[in-house]
Order: sequence, then C-alpha cells, then structure tokens
Amino acid sequence: MTDKRVSLQEAIAAYVRDGESVAIEGFTAFICFAAGHEIMRQRRRDLTLIRMTPDLIYDQMIAAGVARKLVFSYLGNPGVGSLHAVNRAIEKGIPAPLEIEEYSHYGMVGRYAAGAARLPFFPLRSYVGSDMPAANNRIKLIDSPYGDGNIAVVPPLNPDVAIIHAQRADQQGNTQLWGLLGVQKEVAFAASKVIVVVEEIVDEAVIRADPNRTLIPGLIVNAVVCEPFGAHPSYVQGYYDRDNDFYLKWDGISRDEAQTHAWLDEWVFGVKDRAEYLRKLGPDALERLKPGAAPASPVDYGAYR
Amino acid sequence: MTEHQGEASYTPNEMMIIAAARALAGTRTVFVGVGQPNVACNLARRSVAPDLELIYESGVYGAQPQRQPLSIGDPTLISGAASVMPMADLFGLYLQRGLVEVALLGGAQIDRFGNLNTSVIGNYDAPRTRLPGSGGACEIAINAQRVFIIMGLKRRSFVERLDFVTSPGHLTGGNARQEFGMPGGGPQLVITDKALFDFDNAEREMQLVSLYPGVTLEAVRAEMGWQVRQAAALTESQPPTNEELRLLRG
Repeated sequence: MTDKRVSLQEAIAAYVRDGESVAIEGFTAFICFAAGHEIMRQRRRDLTLIRMTPDLIYDQMIAAGVARKLVFSYLGNPGVGSLHAVNRAIEKGIPAPLEIEEYSHYGMVGRYAAGAARLPFFPLRSYVGSDMPAANNRIKLIDSPYGDGNIAVVPPLNPDVAIIHAQRADQQGNTQLWGLLGVQKEVAFAASKVIVVVEEIVDEAVIRADPNRTLIPGLIVNAVVCEPFGAHPSYVQGYYDRDNDFYLKWDGISRDEAQTHAWLDEWVFGVKDRAEYLRKLGPDALERLKPGAAPASPVDYGAYR
Repeated sequence: MTEHQGEASYTPNEMMIIAAARALAGTRTVFVGVGQPNVACNLARRSVAPDLELIYESGVYGAQPQRQPLSIGDPTLISGAASVMPMADLFGLYLQRGLVEVALLGGAQIDRFGNLNTSVIGNYDAPRTRLPGSGGACEIAINAQRVFIIMGLKRRSFVERLDFVTSPGHLTGGNARQEFGMPGGGPQLVITDKALFDFDNAEREMQLVSLYPGVTLEAVRAEMGWQVRQAAALTESQPPTNEELRLLRG
C-alpha cells in the first residue's frame, strides 16, 4: 500500500495549480486554515474558490488576491456579521473584481452530491418563488418527468481539488471524522484531487477497528498531511474549540484594508509554516481551547472467524 | 433602546426573544437560525416547550447546548445531541421530509406577505450592500410546516418592495404558495421588538395582532413602509415574567 504522507507545502505545490477550482470545505468545523494560508504563501492566482460558507479563510484568501471567482451559499462571519474583505471585492473590486456564483445551502449540498455520484443534476424542493434562479441561470425549475409539477435542479459541482480536514487518517488516506460531517464526504468524492489534513496519523488497524467512522476511503485520496491545530481558529470536535474571540476580532481587523494586510503579513506571509504560526500563537492560547472529555461508550463490531 | 420600567425592567430586545419563545409552546421540532432565534429556542426549551427538539442546518437533530452557542456550528451543539448527520440528510430527510414544525427566520428586509431578503441592498449585480445570502433559508421557508420571523421593527426593514426575494413567504398573497406547489405553510407570525403580527386573513397579508406593553399604534406605524392592516381584536402582550427574564439572562 502507498504511503501518501507529505508535508503541507509539498501537497499544495503538487496538487493546487493557478486557475484551478479549490474547495476547502468544513461547515464551521474542520476548516483547514493551514492549507488556505499555505496556498497564499505559495502565491497561487486566479483560483475559483468554492465553499458553502466562505468564512474567514476565504475572506483572508480573497484579500490576498488568490481568487478570481467565488462559489458559495452563505457569505457571513458565522455568529458575528459580514465578511468585509469579500464584500470589498464584490462591492468595490478591491483588490480585484470577484465573479460570484450563488446558491442556497441545499443547492450546494446537492451540487456536491451530483458531482460525487456523477449525475447530470440534483433535484430539490427549493428556489420556487425566490429571485435566486434569476440571479444565477444555472439554477433551473423544470417539469418533473413523473408529472408532479415543478422541481428545482442544480448542476453537479466537481472541484479540481478538495481539501478536507479531519481528526485522523492512516497513511493511505482512509479518513475518520466525527462531529459536524457537513459535506466532507460529498466534496471528496466530487473532486478530481483530494488532500486530507488530519490532527493525527493512526495505524491502519485503528481505522479498521471502527469502519463506520471512515467517511473517506484512501482510494480517492492523493495526499495525507498531519497538521495538528491545522483548523485553528475553526475547530475539530474533541480536539479543540472554535476560537470565537478571533472570529470576533477579525470583524474589526477586516473592516480596514490596511489592517487586513498587516494581519496577513504578520500571520501568513511572516511565518514559514503552520508550526511557526502555532509557536507564535503560544501554548497558552492553544491550551485554552482544549475541551473537557465526553467519550462515547465503545461499540463491539464482533469477531466473525 | 430605553429600558421599559415595570415590575421588572427589560429591553425591547428581551421582550422580542421572550415573545418568540412563548410562540413555541407545545412545539416538538424547531429549525434554529443564527443569533436571536438561537436564544429564543434555548429559552423555549427551558420554559414552555420542554420536549422541543432543536434542529440546526449544520446537521444536528436534538441539540442540548451546555453554553450559549455563538454560531449554529458550535461544538456544544454536537456533544449530547440525539443525532448528528451529513447536511444532505438534514435537508433531505428532515426538512424536505416535512419533519420541521416551526422554522425561525430573520432578514434584512421583509414585505407585507412575509417574503424575505437576506441577499443584497440595491441591485444584485452592483449591490450597495452585499448581505450573507440564503444559507438554508430559501429551502427552509419553502419546506417547514410553519415559519416564524424574528426581526427588529425598523422602517428600513419593513418595506413596500424588497430589493431581492431570497426566501419566499406568501409571495403575492392568497393561495400563491399552493399554486407554486410549496409543501410548507409559510409565515404564520412576525415577532418584533415592538409588536406581533400574523397572516390570518384570506390575502395572507401581515396584520398587527398584539402590541407590547407601553408601545403605541403610532410607534408601530412609524416603522413600517406600508399602511399595515390591523386584526379585528388588537391585544396587548403580557410583559416578561421574572422567571422568563431569569432564564433568559441565566
């Protein structure tokens, strides 16, 4: 079996190219900021960034000028307010004009699901009576072929690259995840190339002892990266909490273009890698984000010989 | 905002959240949005609706948060929940299946038929202000059995014409929802910081049903961009009880 373990620098250098479409997914949880920062450090250009909730990571990446287009369904700083850098790009073309393609959440979920299963479209009960189909002509209302009236459909979404953060994987990329599963499975199967970033690499036996928890098989994974705290200031269930203070602080920083760039210079371009970012944050900051314990009861799959 | 002086003092915002929690009495399943709906649902579960199951679009059914979640993806919603699932299952098997009794939604703009705008102020292609967009609101508005809307009563929000329809309410009124084949019943209540409105008329048009203590009809009309209808029997809402305030502030 292939050992797919590489450094994050190697993974981004090998699998993310200028002009490609990139989905760093994760709904509030598991957002791989480490990968986003490395893409900025490697100065990628003209990317199509795809995420249901662009969140702070795409706010930062769009401010840094890596993107030409954004595909999304909720453009906010969750629980806080607006994404000011994305809004500057949309409203004022700063630092560059940004093309947008907008859906609802279920529309994006359906697009990934159709992309993953290689279907021509995904039907859903949404969009009727909304102005969204008028704003985005890829959302269509069609007659059901079975005579049940109108149904909305969205096209498949197949990103060039998906970057998935998770708790653990083995060296082949069999990946286990618990907590908010979001669209991590669908986006991985939909993408042409998959980079998995985990908190821990575990032995294959650990994965095989709990196969129901394996969301993504190594079969579709190109690279496995071990990057503890790689999702900070997002979170990983059971490993660390969301750094809500930073989400609140970013609201102030990102309102001002100069402050945004000063932050990027210090925390992205001013550090060599994630390890240096974590040293800069300091052990106390990380310690504060550690949750208490809440283990599940073990399950017994049984031995059948 | 000035504090209301009564038996216990409270803010108009607290009254709004308490009114929303009361409206959930007896409800079994509620789809919870970000911000104030979150607070209202958690209050309802601790008061008038102990069997209330909180559903979050992040993929959580039956959350029992141990702290006030900042976002709808907070890890406290996962630990101790009845079920946590892929978002495809949440939207397909719970929402579209019809298992959501009440959904709480908000918006930047609302019109007289409860249609909501959370997308843009100004023109879509050259917006004056870009707003977050739909999230799950569009499909929630279409599929939930009933929709309650929570919004501060402001003239810039309660408008004659939306800049953009993100989530459909009663569309152009009357039977429009049924004609479009929408499974859910649409908006039933609008809960504001000054008064309550419902849609209990043939036109399915927003009508004032209850004023909060100390709020005048003129104060309500001044914050609305159209001549709002009034229910035949206009009531005054009960002020918050000490217990409600204690639970809310707890």
